[in-house]
Amino acid sequence: MAAVQIDINHLAKLARITLTESEKERFASQLGDVLSHIAELTEVDVTGIEPTAHASPVYNVWSEDVAQPGLSTAEALQNAPAQKDNMIVVPKVVD
Amino acid sequence: MSTPLYFKSVAELSSELSTKKISSVELTQAIIARTKAVDSKVHAFNSFDETDVLSQAKLSDERRSLGKTLGALDGIPIGFKDVISVKGQPLTASSNMLKNFISPYDATVTEKLKAVGALSWGRLNLDEFAMGSSTENSAFGQTHNPWDLDRVPGGSSGGSAAALAAGEAPATLGSDTGGSIRQPAALCGVVGLKPTYGLISRYGLIAFASSLDQIGPFTRTVEDSAIMLGAIAGHDPRDSTSFKTQIPDYRAELKNRKGPWKLGIPKEYFGEGLDPEVAHAVESAIHFYKSKGCEIKEISLPHTKYAVGVYYIIATAECSSNLARYDGVRYGHRSKEATDILDLYFKSRAEGFGAEVKRRIILGTYVLSSGYQDAYYVRAQKVRTLIRRDFLDAYKDIDAVITPTSPTPAFKAGEKAANPLAMYLCDVYTIGVNLAGLPGISIPCGYSKSGLPIGLQLIGKPYGEADLLALAHSYELEHSWGTRFPDLEAQKGVRL
Amino acid sequence: MNEYEVVIGLEVHVQVKTNSKMFTRVKTGFGFPENTLTDPVVLALPGVLPVMNHAALDAIVKSGLLLGCEIAPLCKWDRKNYFYPDSPKNYQISQYDQPICLKGHVEIELPGAARNIMGEHKLIPLTRIHLEEDVGKLNHGAFESLIDYNRAGTPLMEIVTDPAMQNADEAFAFLTALKTVMVYGGISDCDMEKGQMRCDANISIRPKGQKELGTKVELKNLNSISYVRDGISHEILRQLSVVKSGGKIVQETRDYDGQTGTSQSLRTKEDAHDYRYFPDPDLMPVKVDEPWKARLKAECPEMPFDKQRRFMKDYEIPYTITSVLVPDKALSDYFEATVKLCGQAQAVGNWVTNDLLREIGKRGESIAQSKVKPENLAALIRLITAGTISTTAAREVFTEIASSGEMPDGIVERKGLKASASSDDLELWCKDAIASDPKALAEFKAGKDSAINAFKGPVMKAAKGKANPKLVDETLRRLLAL
Repeated sequence: MAAVQIDINHLAKLARITLTESEKERFASQLGDVLSHIAELTEVDVTGIEPTAHASPVYNVWSEDVAQPGLSTAEALQNAPAQKDNMIVVPKVVD
Repeated sequence: MSTPLYFKSVAELSSELSTKKISSVELTQAIIARTKAVDSKVHAFNSFDETDVLSQAKLSDERRSLGKTLGALDGIPIGFKDVISVKGQPLTASSNMLKNFISPYDATVTEKLKAVGALSWGRLNLDEFAMGSSTENSAFGQTHNPWDLDRVPGGSSGGSAAALAAGEAPATLGSDTGGSIRQPAALCGVVGLKPTYGLISRYGLIAFASSLDQIGPFTRTVEDSAIMLGAIAGHDPRDSTSFKTQIPDYRAELKNRKGPWKLGIPKEYFGEGLDPEVAHAVESAIHFYKSKGCEIKEISLPHTKYAVGVYYIIATAECSSNLARYDGVRYGHRSKEATDILDLYFKSRAEGFGAEVKRRIILGTYVLSSGYQDAYYVRAQKVRTLIRRDFLDAYKDIDAVITPTSPTPAFKAGEKAANPLAMYLCDVYTIGVNLAGLPGISIPCGYSKSGLPIGLQLIGKPYGEADLLALAHSYELEHSWGTRFPDLEAQKGVRL
Repeated sequence: MNEYEVVIGLEVHVQVKTNSKMFTRVKTGFGFPENTLTDPVVLALPGVLPVMNHAALDAIVKSGLLLGCEIAPLCKWDRKNYFYPDSPKNYQISQYDQPICLKGHVEIELPGAARNIMGEHKLIPLTRIHLEEDVGKLNHGAFESLIDYNRAGTPLMEIVTDPAMQNADEAFAFLTALKTVMVYGGISDCDMEKGQMRCDANISIRPKGQKELGTKVELKNLNSISYVRDGISHEILRQLSVVKSGGKIVQETRDYDGQTGTSQSLRTKEDAHDYRYFPDPDLMPVKVDEPWKARLKAECPEMPFDKQRRFMKDYEIPYTITSVLVPDKALSDYFEATVKLCGQAQAVGNWVTNDLLREIGKRGESIAQSKVKPENLAALIRLITAGTISTTAAREVFTEIASSGEMPDGIVERKGLKASASSDDLELWCKDAIASDPKALAEFKAGKDSAINAFKGPVMKAAKGKANPKLVDETLRRLLAL
């Protein structure tokens, strides 16, 4: 069965992951194989079948609007790769 | 020869603690010593904090001396798969992305275990971000199967299964998305339970596939599994997918529920790819149940062959979104090469994630992307409905489904690593259970001629853990697979 | 300009005023020290999960009821996947194809011919309203950006209008009217300076009579209601000039700079995101049933323009007075409470919109904080009507009430402000006043009744404010009739 072709460059861009050329080649081919296997799904008759969003339908799961304690600033930033003035630092974001 | 402390069950240890035959500190010291003796060979642990666990043990002994013991698990060290958050401890998902991450909060299951006095013991290895079936995808080195160090312990909760099997913890927690508790339990000869979806809170579990993930216990016995389940199950307002349901006294119910049960054998699970030794062991187990008066019925789960495909669409779609947060901005690995914000994302994620994780994110992005979502994601969710329906239809006439857990015993490291699709097919018997949201347990049911453990899977009805555990317990009572232990001393250490 | 018509649609984000965030219960707030309003869920730490805020759902259903929307019986949450540093999960929980509110409208009032003339009213149709979560704040430096997550996770309603507005004035009126409704409903204060209401505009032009819409341009960074109007006006002119010089409108997003009154292109359609929306597996769908709607319907206040119409009709007060009273619900409630006690709607209207507002403005008070309660003001007005005190004296009493909260009778007694001039003095003062203004006398005799008012000032002055205005009027008329 011919492997499905995917646009690996476009997907890597959407997923924000730099792939090396060899990774692109390897992944494209491996994923093409997986997708060919998955292609069998098209033979299933799904007329009138609802997609399973959740196994048991439950609605209106919420909690009341009472403020609870959060993290201290120190805790919030304890794993920060870079911080300044109690804020996370990133290279300047230009739109 | 009496069983060493580190191979005793939780029930036994709990009893010895309460009769003051041993103290929690003594027990913990024995566990630590065992870990130090064998983990260089097994590599089940990513990390552990000796000082911390001993101070927890000391507090337990103090409680006991004041008559303030919190329950059966008070003083028992429990190992945590390194995806379950414990405040102040590393939470790495066995990934370079989170190599230095220390969690500032407790998972709900962690809080529940602390509330009954259990000790949080170490961080256990796994396939990176729970993606894999062998623990070969860990960024911190693979875990080795204690029964044969050249072989894999299974995955993704390989560390949790191996640590238990090797005597490095009396019980551990793992997580199961497509078989990641049950399959390693089978390969390591221990009991592994995946509960009904929604029974145990996912708050504090690093999410892989939100609609499939569940935390569950690894234990030596079914009774221990019941004890652990009782401590961690229950509705959690912080997890909107957790279910409001009565939690029975699972341990007490083991004695109350005696069967006989009606068991279904799905014909689709006994075909090509099933190792003959595994088939034989499972058939013996079926004969056993029959001899106890259980009705055995052949059933059909016609959509079985689509399960792997459906799983890999849904799980990768959800994980591609769940793992977007790992970007090097607020925590985690940040690339030193980044010159601008886009660079920061692209390079941090490229450097932080391993190959399997990247593959699944790419695949998940694809099945959700514009133009493909209907054909893949939506269709897969519909076929998922059919897979669940297959089980629920079968349950009109039977109480449980009985299958092998894994098509083969533990395979050699490196055997399947080069072929992702071959690796994915290891999950063929376990995956449907996650898709259907049902409870499943793997218990030891034999050994291969070469001494490798074989697991039996029992699948129950939604929220039917009490019956499922009783069914498993009835088998275990009359078999002694669990009294065999791996001989680590005889095996040479393996270079990590 | 006449060959083209303009089509404007607005996308307005309104922050819902709740105690805690949309999907976690840490506190919401503005102006707090950086990163003090976070928790593991806000920061998207590994392992966390969202939980809906019940009050936020109430707020959007109530908003839908106020704005005449169809409330969906069933709705769900979707993940909108995109990477941005102010969005911790790199997906936003939102509602894609099953929003909680559909259609609806906002009644607006356009500027009238003059300030005291009510302008035209129009209904601007809405397309939809849904709930989502707000993002953090980026503070840009020279080479780096600093991120504060205090705002991240705050509940946000996204209100999308039909492309149904025709000029910048309508957009301005829309936002003003929407804000009033939101404040009335207790949903949001819509203070744009605090980021509680934000607006993007979609603007296109097309030849008059053409059915097809022209290429639309999205305008962002419209940081105040005035900038919305200015930015839209500017964009309309820009598009017209492009088209007039033979060019084509490019579909793009433009950033408006309110200070310089110019805009520049941010990005074009080619960079459009693939958001890969899919239902969020961590959240359960929402079912809005009749009892829920009924409970909120009972809490819905009278709509602002309905109130305005009722005030003009039932109380017969002028448009200008109502346009001060109505936008402030507390003020209109105060007005009505006072009228209930003394019945003098016109007088109450004047006192409330002039004296009361001035007094609380001076003292930096809110209506609720003012010591002049409806009872006090009503009593004061009754004293004036009865002629017990003059208007001048009343002003003095009013200022005193604002300080002490005393009832006016007590103050009048204590300060001796009763219009108590003896009738002899009054005769004298009136005679003197008439005598000293022959011009007014002549006018009065010639038939101009209002000329009598020219005498009243001098009489009051002589009386040091203590003359009963009714008596003054009677006395003057009697003397003039001689």
